[in-house]
Amino acid sequence: MTAGPAVTMDKVTFGYGEVAFAFDICFEPGAITALMGASGSGKSTLLNLVAGFESPGAGRVVIGDRDVTALPPARRPVSMIFQENNLFAHLDVEKNVGLGRSPSLALSAADRAAVAQALARTGLDGKQKRLPRELSGGERQRVALARVLVRERPVLLLDEPFASLGPALRADMLALLADLQAERGMTVVFVTHHPDDARRLASRIAFLDQGRVAAHGEAGTFFSGGGPEAFRRYVGTRP
Amino acid sequence: MRDPRITAGAVALGLIALLVGGAFFGLAMEAVRNPQPVAVDATMLRVVRFTLWQAALSTVLSAVPAVLVARALSRCGSFPGRGLILKMFALPLALPAIVAALGVLALLGRAGYLAGPLSALSGETWPGIYGLSGILVAHVFFNMPLATRFLLEALDTVPADQWRLASQLGMGGAATFRFVEWPAIRAGLPGVAGLVFMLCVTSFTVVLTLGGGPAATTVEVAIYQALRFDFDPARAVALTALQLALTAAVLLVLKRLGADAAADAAISVTRRRTFGAGLGETVLDTLVIAAAVVVVAAPIVSVILSGLQADLRRLVADAAVHRAALTSVGLAAVSGTLAVALSLSLAAARHALARRRKGPASGLLERAMDAGAGYVLVVPSIVIGAGWFVLLRQTALSAPVAMTMVATVNAAMAMPFALRAIRPAYDASSDRYGRLAAQLGLTGWNKFRLVDWPQMRRPLATGLAFAMALSLGDLGVIALFGSDAVETLPYLLLARMGSYRTADAAGIALLLAALTLALMTLADLARKEAP
Repeated sequence: MTAGPAVTMDKVTFGYGEVAFAFDICFEPGAITALMGASGSGKSTLLNLVAGFESPGAGRVVIGDRDVTALPPARRPVSMIFQENNLFAHLDVEKNVGLGRSPSLALSAADRAAVAQALARTGLDGKQKRLPRELSGGERQRVALARVLVRERPVLLLDEPFASLGPALRADMLALLADLQAERGMTVVFVTHHPDDARRLASRIAFLDQGRVAAHGEAGTFFSGGGPEAFRRYVGTRP
Repeated sequence: MRDPRITAGAVALGLIALLVGGAFFGLAMEAVRNPQPVAVDATMLRVVRFTLWQAALSTVLSAVPAVLVARALSRCGSFPGRGLILKMFALPLALPAIVAALGVLALLGRAGYLAGPLSALSGETWPGIYGLSGILVAHVFFNMPLATRFLLEALDTVPADQWRLASQLGMGGAATFRFVEWPAIRAGLPGVAGLVFMLCVTSFTVVLTLGGGPAATTVEVAIYQALRFDFDPARAVALTALQLALTAAVLLVLKRLGADAAADAAISVTRRRTFGAGLGETVLDTLVIAAAVVVVAAPIVSVILSGLQADLRRLVADAAVHRAALTSVGLAAVSGTLAVALSLSLAAARHALARRRKGPASGLLERAMDAGAGYVLVVPSIVIGAGWFVLLRQTALSAPVAMTMVATVNAAMAMPFALRAIRPAYDASSDRYGRLAAQLGLTGWNKFRLVDWPQMRRPLATGLAFAMALSLGDLGVIALFGSDAVETLPYLLLARMGSYRTADAAGIALLLAALTLALMTLADLARKEAP
């Protein structure tokens, strides 16, 4: 297991209409960071900038020691899981995962083996030929995770991936995610609104406020009352 | 980094601009070349007056009954056959105008089904329904159901709680109309009336076939006559300028009234309420609905009956009919494909531009790809056809030129409708899968094969079938460019009507109606079945 690379946003600015974002942060390599903050604080925008779906107005996005600012999404060492629509509705599970290996679905025997293995690892064995609509919400996100496994990119971004799942399913998915991260050592940044998720999974917290990184540090410090005032207000009465 | 989608969209816009601009260029050249420009004379003014007058009358005669019918349909809630009635109300717009005109003649013409009873009723020989009355009947047949559907949709926007409140407060029919129904109808009425008025101002086929002589001629028909019968391009140019000024003025007034002249005519009517009315009211509503059904159904039934009476077997074996049918279908296929290609390019370019921009304000190019494209409809196809006719008449009006003109103008006219089927699907698919496809490196052929085609093939089929149906039934550009060498079914139909071969005309009309409706049904099916 090799640790994932550091993800650095070096004085990245981004403007959308009246809203201006400015991110300057370095995500710890091989760790899980929870990205928190109120709606509109810029969590999704930050992930989109790292994944390459948005281009910064100024500044650099550096992954490891490589400047990826000008690279298109597919050439960045990044996989991202969205809240919904991670799967093509008209393609079955196997093909959806296979796309992680080849965008033309020209799969070698080794690729097929990797797909089968990833599906087994995420508990989807036997569901290869199902269409996304024949799966539960949790299973669909498992397919997305399986594709992350076959893509073998060292950085994983998750934008509220389990927000639409019930508590028990969410706990299962968090456990699976923690296991996979422990196996692969990926650098993981995940957006969540739930302090419990962050506490359970993350070793670090980054807190966004009004388009800026307001605080960034050890999860333990944040949850023992060491976080900034805005974070305590956001999380509410619980420490 | 130049996005190929934006380039494709720009090319599509350029082609449309070339088509419209070329026509204007032709008209301008003719105006400049002519040392003595034709002045607007009394005859022309009379034509303009008649154009506005028949449009105003048609609008009133369509919209006022539509208020009653929409209200009756809304009050009656769900009853067996309601869906069927709404489907039938969508039919007139799907029918080629010349088929509808023929239906009106078969019903109310000098030898129509109702000529006998009407003669007996009035005590003198029924003279037939040419002229203003014929135009009005046909326009009401087209537009009353359209207006009804729009107004019914307006009524459906009234929240269910308001109906409940009205019945709880013990409001009777009059009070409910005043406080609940009328405000909703009034909000929708300017838009509906504006659309109907615009459709009637630019009505060509109905006036050509049902208008009688110089007393009942609209500007568009006058342009056609100046070019095809009087060989007087200078006069045609003056009339075209008049028509453009007229359309622009009407549009301006409508815009002030808040009407959307480029509105969608394909609306869905679904929700209904179920609150009981008194027996007297129910009987009245039933009568209103029944009357509307008769008005819409009678011409359709006449088309079918008179068509079946024609010697269909001989017609099917007729070489001229064969040729015309082949030409029609071929031109429709080319025109439909072109319309779909234009729409897809515009939809993709608009989406790419919208994704690229930072901030809520859309750029000029994006707006041009969006609503701007819809305004092609505002320049009547006769005007475009007349411009190119004048421009090309010196060189050669050969068959290939005529076919190109018919196919391209019809494609441009069908494009806004195809765009309505294609754009939402393209946007939805791109919003849903855009980031995923970018991350997985799906581009070009792979993206088309694995993402776009499975997502888009139904909306594309809908757009294609719809555009083909529009092109198939069109009698505008072909009336200008048609000849013995280039005949479409509507053109042949017009020729047979002109030479009083009424039975032939009725048979061809039935054939044309069947073809068009088959395509429209296909378009509908493709839209409904989920991917």
